[in-house]
Amino acid sequence: MLGFLARRILYMIPTLFLVSIVTFAIIQLPPGDYLDTLAADMGEAGSDNNAAIEALRVQYGLGEPMYVQYGKWMSGILLHGNFGLSFEKNRPVTDLIWDRLGWTFLISLLTLAFIWLTALPIGIYSAVKKYSAGDYIATFFGFIGLAIPNFLLALVMMYVAFRYFGQSVGGLVSPEYLDAPWTWAKFGNLLEHIWMPIFVIGTSGAAALIRIMRANLLDELYRPYVVTARAKGMSEFQLLLRYPVRVALNPFISTIGWILPTLVSGEIIVSVVMNLPTTGPMLLRALLVQDMYLAGSLILIVSVLTVVGTLISDLLLAWIDPRIRYQ
Amino acid sequence: MTQASTLPLADDPAEHSPVVLGPWALVWRKFMRHRLAVISGVIIILIYLIAAFAEFVAPADISKTSVRHTFAPPQMMHLFAPGDDGSTVFLPHVKGLKTTIDKEARRRTFEIDDTKIIPLGFFVHGFEYKLFGLIDTDLHLFGAKNPRDTFYLFGADRLGRDIFSRIVVGTRISMSIGLVGVAMSLVIGVLLGGISGYFGGWLDGLIQRFIEFIRSVPTIPLWMGLAAAIPLDWPPLRTYFVVTLIVSMIGWTSLAREVRGKFLSLRNEDFIIAARLDGLSHGEVILKHMVPSFSSHIIASLTLAVPLMILAETSLSFLGIGLQPPIVSWGTLLKEAQNIRSIAQAPWLLIAPGTVIVIAVLAFNFLGDGLRDAADPNAH
Repeated sequence: MLGFLARRILYMIPTLFLVSIVTFAIIQLPPGDYLDTLAADMGEAGSDNNAAIEALRVQYGLGEPMYVQYGKWMSGILLHGNFGLSFEKNRPVTDLIWDRLGWTFLISLLTLAFIWLTALPIGIYSAVKKYSAGDYIATFFGFIGLAIPNFLLALVMMYVAFRYFGQSVGGLVSPEYLDAPWTWAKFGNLLEHIWMPIFVIGTSGAAALIRIMRANLLDELYRPYVVTARAKGMSEFQLLLRYPVRVALNPFISTIGWILPTLVSGEIIVSVVMNLPTTGPMLLRALLVQDMYLAGSLILIVSVLTVVGTLISDLLLAWIDPRIRYQ
Repeated sequence: MTQASTLPLADDPAEHSPVVLGPWALVWRKFMRHRLAVISGVIIILIYLIAAFAEFVAPADISKTSVRHTFAPPQMMHLFAPGDDGSTVFLPHVKGLKTTIDKEARRRTFEIDDTKIIPLGFFVHGFEYKLFGLIDTDLHLFGAKNPRDTFYLFGADRLGRDIFSRIVVGTRISMSIGLVGVAMSLVIGVLLGGISGYFGGWLDGLIQRFIEFIRSVPTIPLWMGLAAAIPLDWPPLRTYFVVTLIVSMIGWTSLAREVRGKFLSLRNEDFIIAARLDGLSHGEVILKHMVPSFSSHIIASLTLAVPLMILAETSLSFLGIGLQPPIVSWGTLLKEAQNIRSIAQAPWLLIAPGTVIVIAVLAFNFLGDGLRDAADPNAH
């Protein structure tokens, strides 16, 4: 197990390195940089602040070769936890992002829980009652769930909530709670809102997992060991949960690895539509105004945390399934 | 006695020998039994026909604005109308719209006017266009018999443009992005997956790590970064290709994995070893013996990859960082429905393009499922 752990963590290093390079390349792609815009704005405003701009230019190595800029940015992050400055807001990136990242990952994790809680029983039901009405309904909604893009579902849900339930839409809490301190009332209000993004982001993942669970369990249900247990008089429910479901669960855990990136992706796009206080709207805004360090840091941190999440799911899988750690 | 029983067999061996079907014929036969997949296939062919003949199918010019029809609601098509003598006659038509101006809200409200009938007909003359960009014509599949009448099957947007026609024309961009993107991921996926599976070794390890890397990173933020880097002043065609390229970057990884898996399992099959011992080169072994044996799988996976690309394009364009508005695609149409206020005022902005997207994606999914089942020799 320790060897497996060490190997997996070693594999992660080149991945993280590649993530940082790709991120940096992406934020460097647009021609020009924010300081050009800033200088132009200042010139128009009549204030001459060349010294400040030059200081910024030196600090970030703007105008120097790519690898120097990359080195400065990375060493700032690794050695000082300094992600640079958000040019637009004129504040350190670290002041701005952690709240939003926290929400993004909270919502993603809650969505993961939602997916598990719905996909597991529905998948088992679909497999056990194969070709029943319930199975067909689950299959139908599974396909629909896969076919509707997240943002479209978000729009539809918002419209329905607005039109038929008169609920305020967008955001995680009602406007009157926005600046209020945390109380039980605010928490209750949060619960009233947060289910919607979770449902929207989770649908497609749950749909996919139901199919996987159904197929896996169907493979197991007719194995001789199940027949033996049944012949020995074990109750159906106990029999089902104790053996075939446990075996079918293995691929279930391995799917966290690919589901987590899609959840984070989904969260980002849905939060733009629903105007949630998470990474999505901030990243979109930062990309559109070329606030490169803010955009880059967001992409970098989201990607790194996802890679770490995938690693955790792999370790979980290895812990559960000995075949994997002794491969 | 024995003679009598053997004679008919000896007489006409051809009549009793089983019909030999090639592998593709078998796949086809199995596919045809999958009813949902066949229906989906027909729908997809229809959609691509619409994409090819978009201007012919669209009754209205997509860039023609009309201040008098801002947010006009959808008009339902009726097939029968009361004739002059009170009997019912076949006459496809839509009911006219009565406009009242709400002075307080400063907007127009529309009501269906049952007395006014706009007759529709097939092969009518409408706005002029070039079919395939070559042939000048003004013939349309259907439209108002009086060219001065306007009608909105799916409603109108905030500039009074016909949403139905815009969806029809948007089909071309949205559906072709799926195809072009899939073609690109096919090339990359088969190349890298093939190298990885056929040669193995450190090259395999390297490519697998690379694929794992791409799959472990959340794609939307990366795409957003890449798409936001497209300069706004680029010509539409170039933007289109770059967006397609970005979108196709997801598709190839799963394809490459599949191809690699197939190569690995085929590499040690007897017929491949025999081919290699016969002195065939690597290229010949791959192209003549390996690729044909899993090409049906590849077709199925490609079909399943198309909807992913369609959804990706829609998402990016919706966010405003993919294709930009003069280009009409399903994603840019949905961009009009970005906030709850415009949806509340004109729900058809969301419903019409949304339904079309869901239908197209579902059809591709069902078709792909059917093809995969048909291509799998082990499935019963």
